[in-house]
Amino acid sequence: MSDNSLFLALLGGVGLALVAGPLGCFVIWRRMAYFGDTMAHSALLGVALSVLFGIHMALGVFGVAILIAIALVILQRGETLSADAILGVLSHSTLALGLVLVALVPQLNIDLEQFLFGNIRGVGTMDIVVIYLGAAGIGGVLFRYWRTLLAATVNRELAEAEGLKPAWGNLVLMLLVATSVAIAMKLVGILLITSLLIIPAATARRLAVSPEQMAFFATIIGVLAVSGGLSGASVWGTPAGASIVVAALSLFLLSFLVPTQNLTDSWKDAQGEKTQ
Amino acid sequence: MDDLSIADRLENLNDQHQRHKEEKLSNNTDQTLVSMHKAGVCKGKRWLVRDVDLNIERGEIVTLIGPNGSGKTTVTRLATGVLKPTSGKVARIAKLKIGHVPQRLNIGWALPLNVARLMTLTGHHSRNDIIKQLEQVGASHLMHAAVQELSGGEFQRVLLARAMIRMPDLLVLDEPVQGVDFASQLALYRLISDIRARTNCAILLVSHDLHVVMAETDRVVCLNGHVCCSGSPEHVAGSSEYLELFGEQARQRLAIYQHHHDHTHDSAPQPGDKHVR
Repeated sequence: MSDNSLFLALLGGVGLALVAGPLGCFVIWRRMAYFGDTMAHSALLGVALSVLFGIHMALGVFGVAILIAIALVILQRGETLSADAILGVLSHSTLALGLVLVALVPQLNIDLEQFLFGNIRGVGTMDIVVIYLGAAGIGGVLFRYWRTLLAATVNRELAEAEGLKPAWGNLVLMLLVATSVAIAMKLVGILLITSLLIIPAATARRLAVSPEQMAFFATIIGVLAVSGGLSGASVWGTPAGASIVVAALSLFLLSFLVPTQNLTDSWKDAQGEKTQ
Repeated sequence: MDDLSIADRLENLNDQHQRHKEEKLSNNTDQTLVSMHKAGVCKGKRWLVRDVDLNIERGEIVTLIGPNGSGKTTVTRLATGVLKPTSGKVARIAKLKIGHVPQRLNIGWALPLNVARLMTLTGHHSRNDIIKQLEQVGASHLMHAAVQELSGGEFQRVLLARAMIRMPDLLVLDEPVQGVDFASQLALYRLISDIRARTNCAILLVSHDLHVVMAETDRVVCLNGHVCCSGSPEHVAGSSEYLELFGEQARQRLAIYQHHHDHTHDSAPQPGDKHVR
């Protein structure tokens, strides 16, 4: 791997990790992990369609992801199937549709492996611009609506009764996850995208005592995983996306060595000291 | 419980209500916060509630009772503005500030949240205010405890403090004593009537138990898809609609929590709470 492509990949990966941390926290808090997987699986269909229609790949992936999100919302209204069953239908059928489309239209000339597992050598300046634009959008929305989204995560009715407007919260988060999939695909690949959202946030949970702290730690852990993974990939010639995830996993496992900040104990101790 | 003691209780209640009415008039704080006129909510093809007429005045405690699916929560949602009426009208004063204690609030372990952070969930508040409000409910020692570790009684008290830190005009409590042991229920009801006395906010309460109505309640509204009957607790208890809805047994079982003014609030954990040291 040349220094230049490693640098570009690092630049893109760090941009991604900066917003994947806080967004991943919401994915965990609101149990959207399977939704994230579905978004990711639909990405291949997005790629095929964007090549077919000659539009930018991130745009095609984003468009298909939005359609899936809307389909999910509509199907959930039916209330006869649970959300995970609907996601199970959407997730695998979009992946299958993508695979069939790629095979049926040979002029698409799509190198499957590159999209399934990521291709950092192919990361160009334009991709960096797309990543940072998308990341800025995700970060901006999360920052602006943090209190509303968090309050709605705890209890939507409470948030609404007390004057916040969380009505679109769910859809907004779906769109943000769709955006993150669209910008991350080229770097880590379809099959591993959600891990970038989930593993850093899950690691941060063990260390954090507040939602904001968890988001902050998840960002740091994400940046460490990306830089560690990409360095490892360049040294040992391993696939970049997978290396990033392995690095994230190592951090997750390492976090178990950190003595749990058992809150009960710490505040009980504090109480005890006061009374003594 | 024999008839005499019920009669005594009712008399005692009547005195209390008289006192409140006099206080309200002398304070001259009467102000209608929420006014429902023939309000109804239709979901799909089913009417959740219909033709609800209900006014909530400042400084008043209104208790909603009724069987499951009778529309208690729907009426509170109309009052908070979360639901818009399909028919009829719901008028709320401008900038009505609401404090809400929702029914069944489950916060999973995935979300790191301590009591102090929960207090600022829907708005920013200073540390002093947080401590002050938690002290009011005797929970300041729980500041740094994770919300998931609180006992039922502790959690409800903290939720009450969280709603009150907003200094609301209207406090909405949806089944506030659910999952709370008996001793803590009494403590909660004491706190609720304390809050009204201290802040003169209106309180809309959904009773978790048909037969338990706070003595401090000014008005009981008995729902069953519509307003069956309403009035003072003793009036509703004696009304034929109430008896028809809940049966003759209900009359005997209508327990009314007595309010005592000689108690104190400190940070001592309530009996039955988990963290008694």
